[in-house]
Amino acid sequence: MTTLDSSKEIKKNNSEDNEKHEDFRMFGLITFLIADGMTFAGFFAAYLTYKAVNPLPDGAIYELELPIPTLNTILLLVSSATFHKAGKALLKDKNSDSQKWLFITAFLGIIFLICQLFEYFHLPFGLTDNLFASTFYALTGFHGLHVTLGTLMILIIAWQSRINGGRLTSQNMFPLEAVELYWHFVDGIWVVLFIILYLL
Amino acid sequence: MTLSIDPQKTNNESLQPKGWIRYFSFSLDHKVIGIQYLVCGFLFYLIGGTLASAIRIELASPMSDFMPRDVYNQVLTLHGTIMIFLWIVPVVNGAFGNYLIPFYVGARDMAFPRLNAVAFWLIPPSGLMLVASYFVEGAAQAGWTAYPPLSITTPQSGQIIWILSVLLLGGSSIFGGINFIATIIKLRRPGLKLMQLPMYCWAMLGTSLLVVLSTPVLAGTLILLSFDIIANTGFFNPVLGGNVVVYQHLFWFYSHPAVYIMVLPAFGLVSEILPVHSRKPLFGYTTMVFSIMGIVVLGLVVWAHHMFTSGTPPWMRLFFTIATAFIAVPTGIKFFNWVATLWGGKISINSAMLFSCGFIINFVFGGITGVALAQVPFDIHVHDTYFVVAHFHYIVYGGTVFIIFSSIYHWFPKVTGKMLNEKLGILHFIITFIGFNLCFAPQHWLGLNGMPRRVAEYDPQFQFVNQISSLGALLMAISTIPFLINVFLSVRNGKNAGDNPWNALTPEWLTSSPPPVENWEGEAPLVEEPYGYGKEISEQK
Repeated sequence: MTTLDSSKEIKKNNSEDNEKHEDFRMFGLITFLIADGMTFAGFFAAYLTYKAVNPLPDGAIYELELPIPTLNTILLLVSSATFHKAGKALLKDKNSDSQKWLFITAFLGIIFLICQLFEYFHLPFGLTDNLFASTFYALTGFHGLHVTLGTLMILIIAWQSRINGGRLTSQNMFPLEAVELYWHFVDGIWVVLFIILYLL
Repeated sequence: MTLSIDPQKTNNESLQPKGWIRYFSFSLDHKVIGIQYLVCGFLFYLIGGTLASAIRIELASPMSDFMPRDVYNQVLTLHGTIMIFLWIVPVVNGAFGNYLIPFYVGARDMAFPRLNAVAFWLIPPSGLMLVASYFVEGAAQAGWTAYPPLSITTPQSGQIIWILSVLLLGGSSIFGGINFIATIIKLRRPGLKLMQLPMYCWAMLGTSLLVVLSTPVLAGTLILLSFDIIANTGFFNPVLGGNVVVYQHLFWFYSHPAVYIMVLPAFGLVSEILPVHSRKPLFGYTTMVFSIMGIVVLGLVVWAHHMFTSGTPPWMRLFFTIATAFIAVPTGIKFFNWVATLWGGKISINSAMLFSCGFIINFVFGGITGVALAQVPFDIHVHDTYFVVAHFHYIVYGGTVFIIFSSIYHWFPKVTGKMLNEKLGILHFIITFIGFNLCFAPQHWLGLNGMPRRVAEYDPQFQFVNQISSLGALLMAISTIPFLINVFLSVRNGKNAGDNPWNALTPEWLTSSPPPVENWEGEAPLVEEPYGYGKEISEQK
């Protein structure tokens, strides 16, 4: 009606200025990570409830050892720092430095996964042995899936940060920032998981 | 650098197919996606409705003579799952949300158009998979709640397909939720304040928060359940030391908010329709916003009222009874706001308005039985009886589905540029309203007298009341016919609607009907008072 008529007069003169929005992709990613975090929250709630109400049956084995998971915690925390270094380097247009730090981060992620598998093969219980064993494998497995995907994404952005023809530059930081946020998230989940599963 | 699509690109004909074919394409236009959601949802509604008719035919006699008992279980499981995950949630969120939200926030599309298209295209394959699971080893039989150990002991393939399908639909729902939150918070037209948004935006913001916070928990739970079925783990299997109550807690942590995911958008839609057809501003805008957010917060902490008979400890019963009773407060505020909006208005009696008023009547009835069900002693008496079935259908059919029809009558002129036939619309309303109440009101009596739900055979003393209920279901099935005739006739030779047949003030009416690809010819209009009815037009400027 009246509003439309007046806007028709303005036509597209200033519409372009009005339609530049701030970058909301990070906002979308954060919303997604909250959703993802809720999946973990459901698993943690189930585990803690089992611990509170379901006693371990006689003869069932559910023992965890600390050295490997502690090493894994350190690996992930260090990898968060190296990822941060990669971002800093890219911001200063030092693409090859950035790529180097990204490869180190991916390497730490792979070591984490290898340690995790090593732990799986040396645990005295299997997936279907008892309730706690099942929950342990479900939780660490679901987290391991996240680490695997994260490592693949780091390798992809490391490839994209190559000097000739890479899409990742100091002008286009979003892919790196997105994967970095995801990686810190996976890292944070591991710390919670380590406390609940191994220390409690 | 943004992900919102460049106007030049979308105008390119190679990217945007024209004509009816675009409804079968991976279109990024939010209006096309909205229609895709609506039509796809309606097709599944017809399937779910056919299954409901089969249930009512079976229950017209006390013996299981129409179909075998295990087929009856499959039918009721598919009916529940299809109606919830493929009809109500996609339509009331996806269809109207995608169509209206970009208009309301003054944007040219949703925040993430590609994610939006992906979210829609997850639905048809998972729905078809669910329906087709009947032909494998039989569909899932454990009801839409899929409680273990029933879901573990019934035939596996149907249950696994059910889980896979619900996981995909949940993913679609989460993608949609992320998109709506980003669009409403981040994509608002400059100068448009949050408290100036039409109420449907607030409803969708609240709903999307619930989707993002609770749907992932269901996904995690169903993954664990699938491990129990395939890999022989014992999360929820008591034989292997598992705990079925944990499943119920996790399931209802999603599925109670799911009720609000189904009904909050309907609250928003009715708040759009009532002011237009009664020519009055929406009563109590601010209280409406706070009620929606109150329902979101409370909706997350009431789930255990579904589990009062699951060995819940007394403190838990007390907490969840009180929390549930509290939800009646914001809901009651909304109800009185709608009535106050109508009060003294210049009401036009048309199909959209009739369905909205039908909603108010049905919803208050469903709400009252809801408060009754929150009380532990009463709940234990009627748990798993037809009383619960009646309560649930009063909210979800009498509430949400009435609003879906009301919205179709209200926005059809905008979407197609043609008016729907009012006489057929009023006929549709009368048959639906009578049929619905005839079908579900007697079920309260059945439940109070102890007829359990989800059974194919029952005590012969209930036969007469069940037959009344089945007669109502028949009327509901018939009511679809005038609606379909109306839509087909009106799309072809309906009266031209013009841009704004209702003289409404919300932004979607300020563009042509049907709207152009980028929503507005020029700049998006700034609507500061979406409900400023009854004022001079000069004041509007």
